[in-house]
Amino acid sequence: MAKQLCYEDVEVGTEIPPLVKRPTTRQLVQWAGASGDYYELHYDKDFAQAQGFPNVLVHGKLKFGLLGQMLTDWIGEGGILRKLSCSYRATDFPGEDLVCKGRVANKYVKDGEHIVECEIWTENPSGEKTTPGNTTVILPSRAQDKKEA
Amino acid sequence: MQQASIITDEMKEQLGVEGTPTILEVEKGHIRMMAEALDDPNPLWQDEEYAKKTRYGGIIAPPALLCNARAGTGRGVQMKSPFLRALAGGDELEYYLPVRPGDVITSVSKITEYNEREGRRGKMLFTIIETTYKNQRGEVVATSRSASISY
Repeated sequence: MAKQLCYEDVEVGTEIPPLVKRPTTRQLVQWAGASGDYYELHYDKDFAQAQGFPNVLVHGKLKFGLLGQMLTDWIGEGGILRKLSCSYRATDFPGEDLVCKGRVANKYVKDGEHIVECEIWTENPSGEKTTPGNTTVILPSRAQDKKEA
Repeated sequence: MQQASIITDEMKEQLGVEGTPTILEVEKGHIRMMAEALDDPNPLWQDEEYAKKTRYGGIIAPPALLCNARAGTGRGVQMKSPFLRALAGGDELEYYLPVRPGDVITSVSKITEYNEREGRRGKMLFTIIETTYKNQRGEVVATSRSASISY
């Protein structure tokens, strides 16, 4: 098990370890089944091309889920994901790298909770932020653990 | 000359109206399918022995479980639009309690806002839908705010 991330370990500007993904058409079909989203735009290339896209599109909510994976990997089981928000600003296609990234934007203590706010996004191979968003997580604090112990 | 709004009275009547609830019975098998679709090997979603030793005391669901069609995110409302094409615009989830296998999640959505915008593909309609997710004890486990784009 990886070492638990604590509030004291992050500062404004700290980068979240990137999560590199390359969704396949198979993965889009798996997601369609798991999520119940059977919109043809995500598995029928003829349908996607008739709508003016070169290929089927990666589901927005799959990108939401992958950003969630990056965050739950980062905060570990001792952290709590309170808020996850993102906009599906640009399209992503299967077979291309989709890199989930993030950076700490703010940290503070409120009502005894050690809160960390971050900017998050997915990046396409051209380095464009296709799914910008933000998140709020609550991390354990070493200082608090000592007090309680 | 002012162009007519694409937001009709019929659409405005739907603002704030609660839609048909979606019921999701949370199963381990479904959580595993979702973890596989994400290619997310986190043992907290799948390994009962491991998860028992964490503060959750058992398997919980990944954040994606409450942000999709099966969970009723933005669903069950009377969506009206003059356009035929649709895309998801974005999702914002707030999580309050963990979701576990055996939970029965009831979600209810309502349209809270319409916005017209001029986009790259011409006139677009943004419909904002808010959803509340409750478990079998009536506790709010999460809320969401989603944007649906039609053009």
